[in-house]
Parts: sequence; structure tokens; C-alpha cells
Amino acid sequence: MGPSLTFRTGVRDVLPTVFGYIGVGLAFGIVAHTSHLSLLVVAGMSFIVYTGSAQFIITSMLLLHDPLSAIFISTFLVNSRMILMSTSLAQYFRHESLFKNLLIGTLVTDETFALAMNKQNKTSGKLSFAWQSAANLVAYLVWGVATIVGALLGGMIADPTRFGFDFALTAMFIGLVYLQLISDRRLGLSLQLMVMIFVAIIYYFMIGLMSQNFALLVATVAGCLFGMEMKKCR
Amino acid sequence: MSISATELWVILGCGAITVASRVLPFAFVKQVSMPAWLIDFLTFVPITIMTALCCQSLFIANPGHLATLNVANCLAAIPATIAGILTKSLLMVVVVGIMAMAVLRYFSIGG
Repeated sequence: MGPSLTFRTGVRDVLPTVFGYIGVGLAFGIVAHTSHLSLLVVAGMSFIVYTGSAQFIITSMLLLHDPLSAIFISTFLVNSRMILMSTSLAQYFRHESLFKNLLIGTLVTDETFALAMNKQNKTSGKLSFAWQSAANLVAYLVWGVATIVGALLGGMIADPTRFGFDFALTAMFIGLVYLQLISDRRLGLSLQLMVMIFVAIIYYFMIGLMSQNFALLVATVAGCLFGMEMKKCR
Repeated sequence: MSISATELWVILGCGAITVASRVLPFAFVKQVSMPAWLIDFLTFVPITIMTALCCQSLFIANPGHLATLNVANCLAAIPATIAGILTKSLLMVVVVGIMAMAVLRYFSIGG
């Protein structure tokens, strides 16, 4: 990943993350197929809701005939971390028009957010509308197409996890967190390592007490506060 | 090709919720200048969220009890991390990770 911020570079930079989208997207399509969702519903979920792993949760709640209100609340909880990410990412686009900000916001995901944070370490804190839109659009299209292909293949693939594709997403986050760790010069290695250990410990204890998504949120916010305090002490 | 009323409402409702959680912060940040403490807080969001997302795959939740390790994911994470340290390439981390997981599954290691 270099310092260039063109649309073309955006497409190239997002390619490694595409593996994660294909693996999980196919898996979602297959799950949706076995849950008897029609192609139209799968497309609606991927292109309108577009919420990655939360689509699995929505599908299982639909299958269980949970009330709409419960489905909406779960979706909000899973997505509440997006509020933190969007607020963080939006700071790089304050100079762009409101319209462009809304466009970027509409399609930002965990992955393109993490990618952008890695990118700005290479460009001394700059991001561009063209670069971010390229990353967002590629991610959006690959996800949508992968889920539909998954739904079409449905019955044919017996076990998509056999080839390890389900690990792509985890591997991608491992890669992104490592690159973040070694390249964020504002925070430095030792402070970030301490924050990471702190987050892992909090998350470990919280998932016994609350849902995974809530634990993720608690660990994130606690980690940020811990980091702020440690930074003051240095 | 069919869609029930419930499915339609779920798609529209959940769609509105996800777009709002992503877009509203952008509109807010654009209009309002943020206090220094909030900017300071947000500088830690990338590393904390990415760490928490990794933990989500490395731990298995056991409600009411302490979490356990997801052994297969933890084992596959080792070569993936080494690939990251050696190459500093995201693509290599992902490719090595997938291959490691495929090998683990082939030998039925880690469940």
C-alpha cells in the first residue's frame, strides 16, 4: 500500500480484503438458501441492508419469527459500533461537501474503515473521496455478488468451510490490526500494545456476561478511555 | 422469487437503521467542530475496534461462564501473524491464514 489516493489505487488497496467478503458472502448466501429466503430477499439484504455478519443474525431471527421490533433492536446493537467508526473516519473528510460525506458514510464497513485507517498512516493523515469511494464500492459489489452466488449454489456446496475460506475475515482483521500496530506513529507501539491487551482482557470477561456485540462495544469504549489515560501518564 | 410483507419490512427497516448509524456521524462531524477530548478518544477507536473484532473470532463465548479459546482460529492465527511480520502484506496474511485453516480442517485439528 503506497501513498497514492486515486480511485485506481483504492481499487487495488481493497483487493486483499475481497477474499474475506467472498468467503463470508458465499456462506451467507448458502445459509439464506437453506433458510428458504428467496433470491430477491437475499439481494435486498445484501444491497439495501448491507450489514455483513449481522445479516446472519437477521436471517435466523426471521426464521424464528421474532417480532420486527426485536430484529430492529438487534440490528441497531450490532451496528452501533459503526457510529464510533463513522465518527472517527468522518474527520478525514470534513473538507469535502456534505453530499460526498453522506455518500462515503452510506457504504463504509468495518473492513473499509480499517483499511482507511491503515492507509492514512501511509499518507501522513490524508484520505481522499476517490480512494475511499473505490474501496467502498468494490467491497459493496463483491459482497452483494458473493451472497447471490452463494444463494444460487446453495445446495451444491456441501461444506464451504472445508477449504478454510471462513477464516479469511479473521485473517484480514489480524493483518489489519498488525499493520495498524506497526504503522501508527501518533500512538506508538508500546501504548497500542497495552491498549490491545486491555481490550482483549475486557472482552474476555464481558462475553460471559453479555452478548458478543455488546461486549465488543464495551471493550472498545473501555479501551479508548484506558488509552487516553495511559497517554496522559507518558 | 417471492418476498413476504415481514421480509420487506425487515429489509427496509434494518436498511434504514444501518444507513443511519453510518451516515449520521458524517453529517454531525461535518457540521459541528469536535471537542479535543473526543478527538483524543477517537484516535484509539481503530486499534481498539480491530482488536475487539479479532477477539470475537479467537474466543468462544460461554454465557454465564468464562470464555474459552477457539482453538482452530487461534492456531491458524499464528502462521497468519508470522506472514504479516515477514511480509507486511495484507494479502499474504489472508492467503496464509486460509491455507493454514484448510490444513487444520484436513487433519481435523482444533475442531
